Amino acid sequence: MNDGDPFRDLETTALRVREHILRMSTDGGCFIGASLSCADLLVYLYGRVLRVSPETANDPDRDYLLLSKGHDVPALYGTLAEAGFFPVERLRNHLHPADSIYWHPNRALPGIEFHSGSLGHLLSVSMGIALDIKLRGGSNRVFVVVGDGELNEGSMWEAMLVASAKRIDNLVMIIDRNEFQANIRTEDLIPLEPLADKLQAFGFRTVSVDGHSFGDLERGLSLRAEGRPTAVIARTVRGKGLPSIEARADRWFVNFTHEEVASLMAELHGQAQARLTSETLVVR
Amino acid sequence: MIATASAPAETYESLLLRLCQAEPRLIVMTAENRAAIRSLPEKLGGRFIDVGICEQTMVGMAAGLALRGRVPVVHALATFLTMRAFEFIRTDVGIPGLPVKLIGGVAGFLSEANGPTHQALEDLAILRSIPGMEIVFPADEEEMLRALPVILASPAPTYMRYNARKAAVSHPAGFALGKAEVLSEGADVALLVAGFLLEEAVRARDLLQAEGLGVRLVNLRSMVPIDTEAVLQAARETRLLVTIEDHFQTGGLRSIVAETLLDARVTCPVLPIALDKHWFRPALLQNVLIHEGFTGARIAERVRRHLAVQPDILPSIHPTAHPVALS
Repeated sequence: MNDGDPFRDLETTALRVREHILRMSTDGGCFIGASLSCADLLVYLYGRVLRVSPETANDPDRDYLLLSKGHDVPALYGTLAEAGFFPVERLRNHLHPADSIYWHPNRALPGIEFHSGSLGHLLSVSMGIALDIKLRGGSNRVFVVVGDGELNEGSMWEAMLVASAKRIDNLVMIIDRNEFQANIRTEDLIPLEPLADKLQAFGFRTVSVDGHSFGDLERGLSLRAEGRPTAVIARTVRGKGLPSIEARADRWFVNFTHEEVASLMAELHGQAQARLTSETLVVR
Repeated sequence: MIATASAPAETYESLLLRLCQAEPRLIVMTAENRAAIRSLPEKLGGRFIDVGICEQTMVGMAAGLALRGRVPVVHALATFLTMRAFEFIRTDVGIPGLPVKLIGGVAGFLSEANGPTHQALEDLAILRSIPGMEIVFPADEEEMLRALPVILASPAPTYMRYNARKAAVSHPAGFALGKAEVLSEGADVALLVAGFLLEEAVRARDLLQAEGLGVRLVNLRSMVPIDTEAVLQAARETRLLVTIEDHFQTGGLRSIVAETLLDARVTCPVLPIALDKHWFRPALLQNVLIHEGFTGARIAERVRRHLAVQPDILPSIHPTAHPVALS
């Protein structure tokens, strides 16, 4: 029944993706904070923007999405499974050596375009893909999701110079601006602000959106920048959807107990606040 | 009549252009190192991409282009290509095994007077640590031109030291990956040579042969894969292996030969002629060769001296029968 919300389907999918992420946060764990911050973004892209499906996953005319920071891959796993790229049941293989569902993306999984994990790489890889599309006269676009902490890497700014110089206007760089890098706030360590000014100065058409608002994402991603690459600053909240861990520096990588996962699942559904006792894991 | 891949007037640039015209998958890239490909921008249009002084971005983009089915031929100075962009080569090209072709300029001694920043003396050591990477050190321009179509046709990532020096010897054999070229036979000493130092090794061979030594001269050219059989045959059929390379002694040809021998449970005397734990004194090439002891005469002298201090290697040819001027 249509209740007037044009994004009801995406909200349902996003909730399911968060459930998947939560299930991956135990028995070894995952980088939950960044996964939850970019979940709505990925659900929106696969639900409304990207011209790609399980049937066209190898079609040269597809749109591409590359996940550059990589450790947010549980959100991509969940989104791809919900989009039918592989069975949802396969997510149970998380961290199993017989499958390829580990802490960073890799191409063994249908729908994943390229591996990542080392920060600052996939903007330039995306530029190569985008440039080839332009050389062939294609109209498909390349989206690359990068972390705000990842913008510490010099290779990101080097690549931006080149993307601008080569007028790669079928390239959209989306910054998951959750304001954390690993275990520290970006502005407390290597401040990025004024980020939009920096990106504009590097030649990107730059928009800033609420990364958890599908309406705002629609507004930000509907424009095309002729002659210039696009940067979308998606303002997000680390750990979004689980108030117990939202915007906390210490909930970057987690390995919850099964009881905590059950408790957080109830919190995700708005039924109760979770009680967390496990030690925070600081990996980096 | 030897079938050659190139007419006499052919250059790297003209051959690469012809190959690009015949194969639309080829893309030429450079990090503003256009010396060898100066005329290609107007001829290749969008298939010539100069990224400026951005080696990392260039290699990342090359990986993206290769994902789309292209074969990027990537040019930069060997040090910056292999070291500044190393992690991009390893991670974006090496892990997926993409057919990106890396062409390193002024490698080894060819950086002449630039100084240590420009001395690629570990390119072989670090790149051969990447699984699946093919590595070619052509002896001269003729061999580079024969190698180019072969490496561009290979589905693997490849690194080649650019070397446009004129050939000191004619090459009897066509180029093949994993296949060395044996330029002379001999049972006393085997000179195993990487790259342009072949021209000095030829002189060393001639000097040693004139003194009565049987010298096998092996132009290895394909460093990865190495011609295992050629190395083992040299070890079994001669008394001393001499590895000659403008590379650090660790990790390069000497190490490859040592690994090859160890794998085959073969042991033999090996004299490494390489840069042992030091960068070379910057100067024009001929003076570098003299100063570092890599001229044909100095190589021959180092071989003689080695045989003199280890007389058990070649007891039949006593060094006193061949007076040695050590100055």
